Amino acid sequence: MNVPADLKYTKDHEWIKVEGDVATIGITDFAQSELGDIVYVEIETEGETLDAEEVFGSIEAVKTVSDLFMPIAGEVTQINEEIESNPEVINSDAYNAGWLIKVKISDASQIEGLMSAEAYQELIG
Amino acid sequence: MKDTALSKIHESLGAKMVPFAGYNMPVQYEGVKAEHEVVRTGVGVFDVSHMGEFMLKGERALDLIQLVSSNDASKMVDNQAQYSCMPNNDGGIVDDLIIYKKNDNEYFLVVNASNIEKDWNWISSHNDMGVEMTNLSEEYSLLAVQGPKAAEAMQSLTHLDLANIKYYTFDEGTFAGIDNVIVSATGYTGSGGFELYIKNEDAEKVWNAIFEAGADWGIKPIGLAARDTLRLEMGYCLYGNDINDSTSPLEAGLGWVTKFTKKFINSEALAAQKEAGITRKLVGFELVERGIPRHDYPIVDADGNEIGIVTSGTMSPSTGKAIGLGYVPKDLSSPGSEIFIQVRNKNIKAVVVKPPFYKA
Repeated sequence: MNVPADLKYTKDHEWIKVEGDVATIGITDFAQSELGDIVYVEIETEGETLDAEEVFGSIEAVKTVSDLFMPIAGEVTQINEEIESNPEVINSDAYNAGWLIKVKISDASQIEGLMSAEAYQELIG
Repeated sequence: MKDTALSKIHESLGAKMVPFAGYNMPVQYEGVKAEHEVVRTGVGVFDVSHMGEFMLKGERALDLIQLVSSNDASKMVDNQAQYSCMPNNDGGIVDDLIIYKKNDNEYFLVVNASNIEKDWNWISSHNDMGVEMTNLSEEYSLLAVQGPKAAEAMQSLTHLDLANIKYYTFDEGTFAGIDNVIVSATGYTGSGGFELYIKNEDAEKVWNAIFEAGADWGIKPIGLAARDTLRLEMGYCLYGNDINDSTSPLEAGLGWVTKFTKKFINSEALAAQKEAGITRKLVGFELVERGIPRHDYPIVDADGNEIGIVTSGTMSPSTGKAIGLGYVPKDLSSPGSEIFIQVRNKNIKAVVVKPPFYKA
């Protein structure tokens, strides 16, 4: 499984890329592989400020549906439009074209609580 | 958890394995959408050896089958198969099954994996007719070779004329060098093909021969996830989802296999239900707005009142539409009726349609 070293991770199998006070969030290669073919992503929280661990949307594979959790607190400022018409890009390119949302970080100190690539690699084994 | 004779092969092929009805089964290999497409357009192979098989032998085998099953097995000729269900005494269904008639004194029953023990006990408890019953579930493997190219891809393996085995009939003969293989023109996909009943010790040899013979047709192994999307596109019931101990065969749209030309378990009550009219019905539906229905999601009316329940749902890989089956009140069961599916507290508009959802 691909686990890029420059990203942060959560136990819910999300990745976080921090650039200044903006975090880009997606699901990991492991998560897309476990879900299988992704057919629909529902995110209707644009403009909302959510706490860490709050549900910001849901992701549907052919066989299953899974909630999406905020890794850190912040305002959802942007949703990846590409995934509405082309959700399978999450399967094919989870870390780049398959990103889900951008968040304006409320509390930068929460970033320290996220997992490193090494720790995440250990989690998924 | 039990392995099938082929579990190790599935693992070596990189399948994702899951426990299903007590068996270690392949749920997918390369991905459900790709596998689904292979069966719709080419040929794919499912290991469905978890299914149960019973042999019933004796002069009164038909009498026992007629008592426990709702369809009329007396209409069958030798080498014919029949879809049927076993009603319970309380208005529901013990299981759905396929009955194979080998001859007047010999029938082969194929039942759902999750119900093997229940079905065995149920049929046994009604066998005061001296029918010799054998549970072959642990001895037989079942391979489903499905898809429009199944016959041509498999023809080199057998002297049987595959293209001329009619739907819901079967033949027995040598297949891949193994004698007495039951080759049945049945399946759970709606794309044609065969089901092969073979002894466990021959399963690996037959599996390998199937992949060699089918290589030129792009044959692929197919997991249970695609089996579910394929059957759902056809509107076929899945026991445990769409039918169970408390659903009436008439409500489930299985009136076509519920024949009141004979007496069977609970036939009087079911005949009375037919006479009085059912109050709810299993229907197919497509979502009009975005979302995906799932098992157990509530069905509501335009005012948000709960009126039924989704029993199966998925995104249809063939059509791209969100489809499902569910129980609704009779007056909302005709095609075109507007219903709503409650998806995470939102009511998503849907329309009742008559399955199949996909037509080849």
